[in-house]
Formats: sequence, structure tokens, C-alpha cells
Amino acid sequence: MVEHRRFGNLLPHLILLIGVVVVAFPVYLAVIASTHDNSVIANGQMPLYPGSHGLETYWNTIMSGTGKTTRQPVGSMMLNSLIMALGIAIGKIAISIISAYAIVFFAFPFRMTAFWTIFITLMLPVEVRIFPTYKITSDLHMLDSYSGLILPLIASATATLLFRQFFMTVPKELVEASKIDGAGPIRFFFDTLLPLSVTNIAALFVILFIYGWNQYLWPLLITTRDDMQTIVIGIKKIIDVKDALTEWQVAMATAVLAMLPPVAVVVLMQRLFVKGLIETEK
Amino acid sequence: MANVALRNVTKTYPGGFQAIKGIDFEVGDGQFCVLVGPSGCGKSTLLRMVAGLETITGGEIDIGGRIVNQVEPAERDIAMVFQNYALYPHMSVYNNMAYGLRNRGMAEAEIKTRVEEAARILELGAMLERKPGQLSGGQRQRVAMGRAIVRQPKVFLFDEPLSNLDAKLRIAMRVEIRKLQRRLKTTSIYVTHDQLEAMTLADILVVMNGGQVEQIGNPLDIYQKPATTFVASFIGAPPMNLLPMRPDEFKSQLGSTPEAGILGIRPEDFVVTNDAGNGIAFDLTVEAIERVGAETFIYGARQRDAQAVAANPGELPPGEVIVRIPGAVAPGIGERIRAVAPRDKIHLFSADGRKRIDS
Repeated sequence: MVEHRRFGNLLPHLILLIGVVVVAFPVYLAVIASTHDNSVIANGQMPLYPGSHGLETYWNTIMSGTGKTTRQPVGSMMLNSLIMALGIAIGKIAISIISAYAIVFFAFPFRMTAFWTIFITLMLPVEVRIFPTYKITSDLHMLDSYSGLILPLIASATATLLFRQFFMTVPKELVEASKIDGAGPIRFFFDTLLPLSVTNIAALFVILFIYGWNQYLWPLLITTRDDMQTIVIGIKKIIDVKDALTEWQVAMATAVLAMLPPVAVVVLMQRLFVKGLIETEK
Repeated sequence: MANVALRNVTKTYPGGFQAIKGIDFEVGDGQFCVLVGPSGCGKSTLLRMVAGLETITGGEIDIGGRIVNQVEPAERDIAMVFQNYALYPHMSVYNNMAYGLRNRGMAEAEIKTRVEEAARILELGAMLERKPGQLSGGQRQRVAMGRAIVRQPKVFLFDEPLSNLDAKLRIAMRVEIRKLQRRLKTTSIYVTHDQLEAMTLADILVVMNGGQVEQIGNPLDIYQKPATTFVASFIGAPPMNLLPMRPDEFKSQLGSTPEAGILGIRPEDFVVTNDAGNGIAFDLTVEAIERVGAETFIYGARQRDAQAVAANPGELPPGEVIVRIPGAVAPGIGERIRAVAPRDKIHLFSADGRKRIDS
């Protein structure tokens, strides 16, 4: 914008503010609700100012959970979610970077077949292959285990594709220079390719961590033990109460806690993420 | 320190395309060999075969008395400078130079000495901690050179190392490369498509075309006695004028060989005068003038007398002739001039251009 209109800028700002309010208000409400005593919320009079039970509610939620439904401390649910999300994100990155390395830098028979086979798995997310995947997981006795939560979700065509596209922009002279410098394929991978991929890895990590954290259907299916459940499932279970009052302050505190790790990942990785998008040095 | 010998080297790609069609030459110890030719002539492929980055499908390559056909690039004791430098972008200048030495398990103290020595020679001392992204094109070029120098290899291989630089820097780096090579006395093979680089750098010049060697020799010898019309037109700027002559013309003008052929004359060998003297006169109509300052290039069209053209309907089209004259005083466009090619400056080639005819 070349011209500077004092009042012309008002309308866009107003619209943006409304947008922010629409998005942020429920979050605010959840935070507020988690600081009140359950009786206040149960009355149907949701206050808009913070209550006085905040610390107490969060302490109880993290350490012991609800008194009636799950009876699991949300702290352990978060740990489960964290292990699953990290496992999925790191596993996906590790597997896809290696397969992309093979596809781009090595000439082997059926290379393109291998690539397209990986590619078509894009059409087969967990939801589509849920029965066979469940069968295999259960046959391998991986139900109610971290490996059962993580391994079936690890293979990733998207990440392989992303790394492939990036690797193809690496000048082939760099590979040749490494060869002349006496670096074999493994040295080249760790000394040159991996450092060059850092920003890509960071960007992918953000996306994949949130993907893993938000998993619902798969953990719901394969975890039956209460101590294995993830926080996303935990929220649902805390709300579903039969013949009693839902402990809303605990449910809201859990929801707020469930939001924190993804937010933290985005905030911490943002600098690398943006750098990955704007940096052209290669 | 080693000499490099190529013996009947060929390269055939799996598709059947023959990129290198049997090449033989030898580069003596400490000599600077330049491979020159148009793009696609196979010069880069040949260099990459010496480096070990392309397989050799026939013949043998010998570096310092060892046949290296089956030897890995890292084991050939060569160092290569790439056109785009191929520096490791995430490593500092120091680490770029040290990387190859570390991979060979050299002691860190020795590496430090070598890198600092190379940095001193190339005036990179202040930049050792910088990343390649923070350097200018000329500095990156020097780092790439440094990476080759620290290895103290038997052979330096250069793959068009100056073509990413601007014209001024290119000349400066060309001189620097030559000085450096003289000082280190390392056998070098240098690929370029720039005939000026080729002329100024080479001890031995190898002119290539279509996967074959057209001529090998001292650059000045090649300039003065090109073996084929390809070499004649490739070496020298502007290129040698190559004028097809009919048999009778050939005979009447030169009083020798009755067959048809091609007459070559360098632009700078023409004399603009009305007196033919002991030479062959060309009547030209000036079509374009290029003034460079110290010299002027005249682009003229050959005139043929109408009778001769009528007598020979199959007449070859009158070629464009380039004449170089010193100074900036030149005729106007459309004027007629007479350019005389002195007899001792004339080159004669067979009609197919593949053979030089020496009288």
C-alpha cells in the first residue's frame, strides 16, 4: 500500500479483531472455566472472569485426574501422548529421509517402482486400512504398547516426497566433490545431506508432531488399558460421565493442557520453520 | 607429480551413444593441458572419466604409471575444481578445505598447517571462519582452488572453473590459476569452451569436436597451423575466414592443386590496399563495422563478377568476410574495399575441411 489512509485501515483491523475474538474466545472460556469450582459451572452461570481454584484444579488434574471417570492423572496421559507424538514425528522423519536418499541418489533396479509404491500409500491413511493394520498389530502383540501406537503410523509418503523434492535440488557436483574428498555414501549422508536438511526437518517435525499429538481413532482402537490412553482420548472420557455431574473444571484444564505442547512446538520451531522457507543457500 | 596418459579411451553410454570415440594423448609431469571444444564435444565427459566420476568403457587411463580405470575417485590422487565450485554450504571455509583431509585420517595439526598455507597462497586468511554463502564469486572460486591445493594431489582437474565469474574477474583468476600452477608444478587438466582461456593457459592444447580430438599441440602452433577447418574457426577470435573455392579459382589464384578446396585467412592477416601485390585480392562491400577502440572489424560481403556467376549456376554463396584493421578509422557502410590476403598468410584445406594442405 503506497497511500496511507488513517481511517481506511480501520475496517480491515476491525475484521481481523473480530476474527481473533472468534478464535480466541473459546480458548479463553476454557481457561476461565478451569479456574472455577465445578458447582459454579454446573449452575449454568459461566463467569467471564477468572476464579480462585486455578492452581488447585491444575494440580489435581495433572496429578490425579478425575475422581469418577478415568481416574487417571492427566500428567501420565500427557506423557503417553508426548511419547506417541515424538515417536511418530521422529520415526516418520528418519524413515522418509532414508528412503528419499535411496530414491534420489542411488541407481538401482525398480527405483521408480519403489518411488511410486511409496507414493500410492498417500491414498491409504490409517482410517482406510484400519482392520488389517489392527490385525497385524494384535498378532504382533503390540496392543496397549507404545510401539503399537507408533509403528503403524510411521511410514509417510508425504515426508518422503518432501525430502525427495529437496534432495533433487542438491547439485550433483556436491555428491561428486564428496566422492573425490573420500566420503562414502554414509559419510555424505551424515556430513552433508543431513546438515543441509535441518530446516526441512524442523518444518516437517512441526507438522508431524501435531499430527501425532492429535491422533484419535488409532489410539482409541488399540489402547484398552487406562494407563495407556492419550490425552486426546482422555478429554472425551472425562466429559462422558454417566449418572453424575461432569467435572467441567477438570475437563477444561485437560483441554488447556492438551493444547500446550503443540503450541510450544510451533513457538519454539517457528524461527527454523520460517528460515526453512526463505533460505536459498545451497 | 605425475604424468597422465590416455590410451584409446572411449565412452559409450548404455543407450549406444558414443560420447568419446577413442582418444589418445599424454600430459607430461607438471604440464598444463587444456581441453577445448564447443559444448557437447565430450571434453567434460573426458575430464570426469579421468576423475573417476564416469566409467571408462574402453581403453585405459594412466595416472603416474598406474592404470586407474577401476580405481575410486578418492583413491586416484586427483583434486577437482567444479564449475559451480560445489562447496559444502554448511561448512566454514576452513572445514571445506579440511574435509577431504579429515576423511583420509590426517592428523589435525597437519591439516591446520596445510589449510593455513593454502589460505595464505590464495589470500583467504581472513575468511576461514566464513560460510561459502557469505563469500563473493571470486572468493568461492579461490576456496574451491584451496580445497584442491591442500590435498597436494598428483593431478588438478578443472571443469570450466571460471565460467561463473564476470569477465573482469575471469581474466584475473585466469592469470592467478596459471601462476599458481607454475608455482606448484602440479600436472593439470583444464576444460573450457573459451578459446582465449585455452590459448593463454595451455602448455598443451587439445581441441576436441564430436568426441574426437581434432588437434593436439602447442597453442601457438595450433593457431598458426590449424589442422582442420574446425580448429581454424574455433581457435582465434574473430574466427578465421573460410572461403570455399571452385577448382578453377583454386588453380588460377594459387596455381597449384587442381581440386576444390577451402581457403582460410585470419581477419588480422588481411591488408586493405588497392595493390594486390603478392596476394589474393577480395573485393568486398562493407556491411557492418565494429569499432573496439584499438582495432576495427569490418564485415564485408564478397563480390563476384556477374559473368562468373552466370557461367556457374551452382556457385557457392559468397561468404561473409571479416577483416581486422588497426585503429578506429574505417570505411563507411556500403563502401567497396579491396582486402588482400598475402600468400604467406593463407591456409588451405581440402574441400571437406578435414585436411590441411601445405604447399
